[in-house]
Amino acid sequence: MKTKKLINDPAAIIDEMLDGMLAAHPQHLMQVPDSPRSIIARDGPRDGKVGLVIGGGSGHEPTFVGFVGRGLADAAAIGNVFASPPPDPILECAKAVDGGAGVLFMYGNYAGDVMNFDMAAEMAAMDDIEVRTVLSTDDVASAPPDRRVDRRVDRRGVAGNFFIFKAAGAACDKMLDFDACERIARKANDHTYTMGVALSPCSLPHTRKPNFDLGPDEMEIGLGIHGEPGVERGPIQSADAVADALMDRILSEMQPSKGDTVAVLVNSLGSTPMMELYLLNRRVKQRLDDIRVGLHATWVGGYCTSMEMAGASISLHHLDGELIEMLDHPCDCAQFRVG
Amino acid sequence: MSTIDQARLIDLFNLMADAIEREKDHLCELDGAIGDADHGVTMSIGFSAVRKALSEVNAAHPTDVFNTAAKAFLNAVGASAGPLYATAFMRAGAKVKGQTVLDRTAVADMVTAMADGVRSRGKADLGDKTMLDAWDPAAKAALQALEADRSAAEILSQAADAAEKGATTTIDMMAKKGRSARLGPRSVGHIDPGAASTAILLRAMADGFTAE
Repeated sequence: MKTKKLINDPAAIIDEMLDGMLAAHPQHLMQVPDSPRSIIARDGPRDGKVGLVIGGGSGHEPTFVGFVGRGLADAAAIGNVFASPPPDPILECAKAVDGGAGVLFMYGNYAGDVMNFDMAAEMAAMDDIEVRTVLSTDDVASAPPDRRVDRRVDRRGVAGNFFIFKAAGAACDKMLDFDACERIARKANDHTYTMGVALSPCSLPHTRKPNFDLGPDEMEIGLGIHGEPGVERGPIQSADAVADALMDRILSEMQPSKGDTVAVLVNSLGSTPMMELYLLNRRVKQRLDDIRVGLHATWVGGYCTSMEMAGASISLHHLDGELIEMLDHPCDCAQFRVG
Repeated sequence: MSTIDQARLIDLFNLMADAIEREKDHLCELDGAIGDADHGVTMSIGFSAVRKALSEVNAAHPTDVFNTAAKAFLNAVGASAGPLYATAFMRAGAKVKGQTVLDRTAVADMVTAMADGVRSRGKADLGDKTMLDAWDPAAKAALQALEADRSAAEILSQAADAAEKGATTTIDMMAKKGRSARLGPRSVGHIDPGAASTAILLRAMADGFTAE
């Protein structure tokens, strides 16, 4: 059976989505002339400021375009569904937001994204734009267990991008120099941990077939945001039990001390409703209270989705003074606002 | 026909595009088992763009054909397949630069250059369960056939045979690179979709060349 979707021609889905996005957020977003998949902030890019270019495949809305705006990303390069953008639109983003102080590329750690963004960085260097890259690697479920190298390096970027991009965007907006922006971006990534659970798969617009099978009473912990199968499959459990399973993994990695402070994102992967996200968040708060970890701020909603997938993820951003300053720094994007 | 000129090379790219269109759903199914089920769609988008670009290009040399195909494929798909196949085509174009027709030596060079492109762009090792596990044996087979004084058609068909065999060996491998790597042991038992599309492309080239 094919999934029901409100679409026109699957081949036109990205361009039609961008048309709708630009129509909805004309005060925040615009396309680079002749490069329609390069979306830049109307307010933000300026001389002397480190430019921040994010991007990746479509299907995760509001990630990535929703995070383009003053105080956050200057531009996003958009790929096909679940597919990295090619180098050209990434390069056009870099050119459009280059203020002469360097350009940061930030995106989730996926093989395709790395190849395309690296090719774009090589092309930017030929145009005398200095590019540095900070990959997000917040998915604690995603390091293959047999690797001897640093597990962090092998991980994928998922919903925790929200905090990682926010910190980097703030550093850039505060006109910090290239080294400081890069350092803060890396630190934000090192301080962000995400675990997810899937209850049902999603399907690509071209095929409208579920991209993996999950039994009617099953859930899968640790799935990727492209529906890549996860690390552990089992019978569906209560919201509290699922929140505990995700929090156990996150906390065992994060190792917070009593009195530490975190920010929380409870994220829907697509079709899981706010009601269920709030149940998860209730348990997250109880768990943090139990270990005397303070809560600086919480976001609940669909920030990094996987089309119509059912499921959720929990991200914890382990704060210190500097990261609090970055998180609280004002931003004004299509989907998100602080201050 | 024992050589490939730019017009014949365009024909071969169109035959590859036809083969991808036929195998699109199959490639998506393979990718669904260990990835995100889009490899067939990605390849189809890429080769549609290649077909269109080659219908409009005024190519004087095989190198122009390779470069046009590379650029069209890359900008249409991005993803992992984009940089990998685009680099393969660009390296092939660079390798045969200045030649108006590709003889048997150039045909073998073309296959080995494509394999080198995939190796350097993807940074995978043999046995990582990637398309390199099809490209590497294909390049070795092409060189062996060249040294054994085989014709251009035989060089391509032996490369295709080796790619198919190589793709089959990925079934028993555990993925160490790309999106399926996170599955660890659960990736075993499935063919790598990139290795499968590599075999399809080389087979389409070999068949198209022989049929002439």
